Amino acid sequence: MDGDVVRDSDVVRDSNDGRHSAVRDVWTAVRASRAATVGLALVALHVLVALVAPLLTGYSPTANDPQQALAGMGWDHIAGTDQYGRDVLTRVLHGGRFALVVCALSTVAAVGLGTLVGCVAALRGGWVDNLVMRLVDSVLAVPAILALLVVVTALGTGTWVVVAAITVVYVPGVVRVVRAAAQNIVPLEYVTAARARGERRWSILRREVLPNIADVVAVELAMRASWAALLVSSLSFLGFGANPPTPDWGLMVAENRTALTVVPMATLAPIIALATFVVGLNLAADGLSKAWGIDRFRRSDR
Amino acid sequence: MALFVLRRLGAMVLTIILASLLVFVALQALPGDVATQVLGRDATPDAVQALRDQLDLDQPAWRRYAEWVGGAIQGDFGTSLASGENVGSTLGLHLRNTLLIAVIAIVGGLVLSLVLGVVAGLYRDRWPDHLISGASLVGMSVPEFVVATLLVLLFSVTIPVFPAVVLDDADATIGQLLPGIWLPALALSIALAAYVVRMMRTSVIDVMASEYVQTARLRGLGTGRVVLRHALPNAVLPTLNVIALNIAWLVGGVVVVETVFNYPGIGTLMIDAVYDRDLPVLQAIAVLSAVVYALCNLAADLAAIALNPRLRRGVAR
Repeated sequence: MDGDVVRDSDVVRDSNDGRHSAVRDVWTAVRASRAATVGLALVALHVLVALVAPLLTGYSPTANDPQQALAGMGWDHIAGTDQYGRDVLTRVLHGGRFALVVCALSTVAAVGLGTLVGCVAALRGGWVDNLVMRLVDSVLAVPAILALLVVVTALGTGTWVVVAAITVVYVPGVVRVVRAAAQNIVPLEYVTAARARGERRWSILRREVLPNIADVVAVELAMRASWAALLVSSLSFLGFGANPPTPDWGLMVAENRTALTVVPMATLAPIIALATFVVGLNLAADGLSKAWGIDRFRRSDR
Repeated sequence: MALFVLRRLGAMVLTIILASLLVFVALQALPGDVATQVLGRDATPDAVQALRDQLDLDQPAWRRYAEWVGGAIQGDFGTSLASGENVGSTLGLHLRNTLLIAVIAIVGGLVLSLVLGVVAGLYRDRWPDHLISGASLVGMSVPEFVVATLLVLLFSVTIPVFPAVVLDDADATIGQLLPGIWLPALALSIALAAYVVRMMRTSVIDVMASEYVQTARLRGLGTGRVVLRHALPNAVLPTLNVIALNIAWLVGGVVVVETVFNYPGIGTLMIDAVYDRDLPVLQAIAVLSAVVYALCNLAADLAAIALNPRLRRGVAR
């Protein structure tokens, strides 16, 4: 995993002095790192499978078939069936849909919102900055899963509630990271020059600050996505995420755990699917942060 | 130094107060009647009114918060809506049980990550490093309930040595709980170690490349002595903060792992409270975990000062 340290990372980082395309930067970094390539390929595979799942299998993911209940692995049911006789492989193929949607929406929302607030805090400074950081500290003091459960208690379950809850939980962490990165940019000459030119704050943010913290934001996206995937599957496992009979990896583990001795594959198959998806996201985050020289682990938030 | 500690304490108290306020607002001050929400739509008007009286809902929200804080400072967290028992004593009992597995998990997790991190760092880019880094990548890519489920498959089903579920109530003696604590503790330490190992590894690599370690080597000191006496203290220092935060984050892992094993700790108490919409219990748990988080942060700061003499003069920060 460490054989692919990017030696020419400085080349990528040097592009800081001019305006450039953030998308092209990410692409260069991905291609330069085997870990990132493999990771994103894994993620893409899962997205593809989730999209075309109904075409890949002849069984319905939700229809019960009591005669076939708790069947082992065989020709008819490659990964066996669960206690209701539903085909495990079919449910695993469909099982990423809820998690992927929630994960993508909440990550993008949290990183987008957090980037905005973090940049504004760094640019404004003063009492705005102080207030934002105090709030960030207090939200971070409540563990993610507890905060989620509090929101679910207050608002009930449902896709949108879960998306909103994960977004709220992750925004403070993003704010902290982005603010720290933006604070390195704000004192630089080109920001001072833009200020002296009398450019609006919004335009400074968009044209001077954002392009130069794009690397931090990209790593943040990959990392938050991996945590969001773990969080949403834990929520489903606890019974507050996807509702039965929806096929969902976390929910499947919860349902089939009691039959672990009879049909172990019904529990192991969703575990393998979930693990490969999150490993993919982690590899992408690893590869990108290594290519850009960002220390992914010695950060003070989670 | 004293001033620094005082300032950190002040910030800590402020954080706890704000966190409790946030949770209070989320649970009690949202639009809609809390009593109807708790009891459901088809509750009788009498029952709703009784609950309104019990929660003092006729008072404005800020007054209820102030009263709740007043009680909490004196150790009175109110009465559980579900069981009718004192929240403080219920919480204490479950906290004892959770501490039982948390302490083992933290000690085990730290030893595990220290050893594995140092080995991976010393054998950088060779097979032990690839093995350990790969394992840690997988470890941080699976949620705690998966780790716990796999442990059940391994140590309760395949080789039946530990129970897969705990059947005792919260007031069981420690002796009764003892057989059931090992698997939850192991699941948590694996989850903890998966993160800390990687930091330790990077840290060890950095320190081993530093000039004073080179000097110690050139003086002819043995590898064991160089690693233990010269490298390790400085390799641990930068990871302290993250270790502390990971311990604070264990509160979340505890919820999931305790549910898997039906272990009668804070986690299962919380899940029950969510199902029953038991607001006083949820509030108390939220504040408790905010306190744990703040204390972990403070401990990390103090440990950093203890390990790094330069910080003691108060020049930093």
